[in-house]
Amino acid sequence: MYVMLREVEGSLYKLKYIKDEGRKVTIETIKEIGKPQTDPAARVDRFLEYFTIAPQNLDPAGVVWKLEHILDVRDTRFKDEVKLMAPSADETQANNLENTLEAAMALNFIYKVIRHYYLLGKKTYSLYVIMQIQMILPLIMKEAEAYASALKAFAYGQPIGDGAGALVAAKLMHGHETRKIAQDCVVATVPFEGRTAFVIKAEGPGGNVGKPGDAIKAVIEENGGKIGMVVMIDAALKLEGEELGEVAEGVGAAIGGPGVDQFKIEESLVKYHIPINAVIVKEDIGDAVSPLRKEISDSMDKVMERIKQVVLERTKEGDKVIIAGIGNTIGVGQ
Amino acid sequence: MSENSQQPQARISPTILLIILAALALSLAALSFAVSVLDQNPDAAWLLLLFGFLGMAMSTYMLLQTRRRLAKLRIVIPPVTTTIECKKCGFKNVREFQRGDYIFKEVEPCQKCNDKMLITAIYREVKEKEKQRFPF
Repeated sequence: MYVMLREVEGSLYKLKYIKDEGRKVTIETIKEIGKPQTDPAARVDRFLEYFTIAPQNLDPAGVVWKLEHILDVRDTRFKDEVKLMAPSADETQANNLENTLEAAMALNFIYKVIRHYYLLGKKTYSLYVIMQIQMILPLIMKEAEAYASALKAFAYGQPIGDGAGALVAAKLMHGHETRKIAQDCVVATVPFEGRTAFVIKAEGPGGNVGKPGDAIKAVIEENGGKIGMVVMIDAALKLEGEELGEVAEGVGAAIGGPGVDQFKIEESLVKYHIPINAVIVKEDIGDAVSPLRKEISDSMDKVMERIKQVVLERTKEGDKVIIAGIGNTIGVGQ
Repeated sequence: MSENSQQPQARISPTILLIILAALALSLAALSFAVSVLDQNPDAAWLLLLFGFLGMAMSTYMLLQTRRRLAKLRIVIPPVTTTIECKKCGFKNVREFQRGDYIFKEVEPCQKCNDKMLITAIYREVKEKEKQRFPF
């Protein structure tokens, strides 16, 4: 038990260091970009303790809308806080700062949970309390290190691995006119292999995931449900042993997050019986939140080729298709 | 959070450090004493030599361990590069990432044809260690 406690203690020191560095980077970035009149440290500290209470799901009917409302309120609150902290930041910078703060928040939370179990284990001399945290410690440390590198990417506005889907969509829509379709989402009408493709992505280059659920639903409704197919592109967690940037294809809504957007997409697809295909780029959690790796950047051509293949095989000429690039569009324009 | 991040403070307590250093000093003393009594009392000298070497090895190992832990605390992030391309003549320029860069941003004019250049890629290259080979 002593050995386990020492191991957790060692990781706790490292977590504390990462968390403090995260806070420091966040405050420095706010000062640099936002040019606040007062020291933002106190406000940042208050923000790091911010929490969100998930809606009650004893009666699951309508829980998605309740969750969406809570998330919207959270998003608005975050944006307002960032505006107060960094009054001089433009929209892109404000989005990046919001992401930076969220990463710092995640690091703070991880540190506090590990500290809780460490102190609880020491206090109760319970082998089981300390053992459960010691066993998952390598995975937690990996995640914390990923968030640490994400902080810098967010602070500088560098593209991240999670933005693989958004990058593919950006490549497809570049040079074509875009219009806003839903909150923080844009769509471009692009001729694609004799079909009309509605390419959707979150509005960049600020750190943003947008509301792809609303965007896909709006495009489907605009076209009266006459959509031949939906193709979703997203980054997905790879298993150990799989190559970074490996491209795979399947069916279903390729989208992470709390599930609100996936629910909305599936509802719209079921209503009009639209088939849905997914193309994923494999990466681990560290690569997903840290600056884009070359292997992922190089896999974009393979993704494009796969989308082309899917569209050609599964739709007829003249059909309308939706191609949605999912993920954080930080550092990716359109 | 960069490569030149400040080194974290030593987390080893001064008492433990003192104990390690005392053990090291005692080991050295035992070694020197062993050499001086090797002719008069070879049995005791060999025993002292054994303890001296053992003590020295253990305290050096512990000191190295503490140093290694501190070194591990540094967060190293590989440099991020920006690729700029001219769509007209195909001229390519790769430089270090600068704040404000983003993919599909129009930047300075091309050195060759004076047309607008575009950021086409931003990525980091990680030199991975030799992968352990598995039969599966």
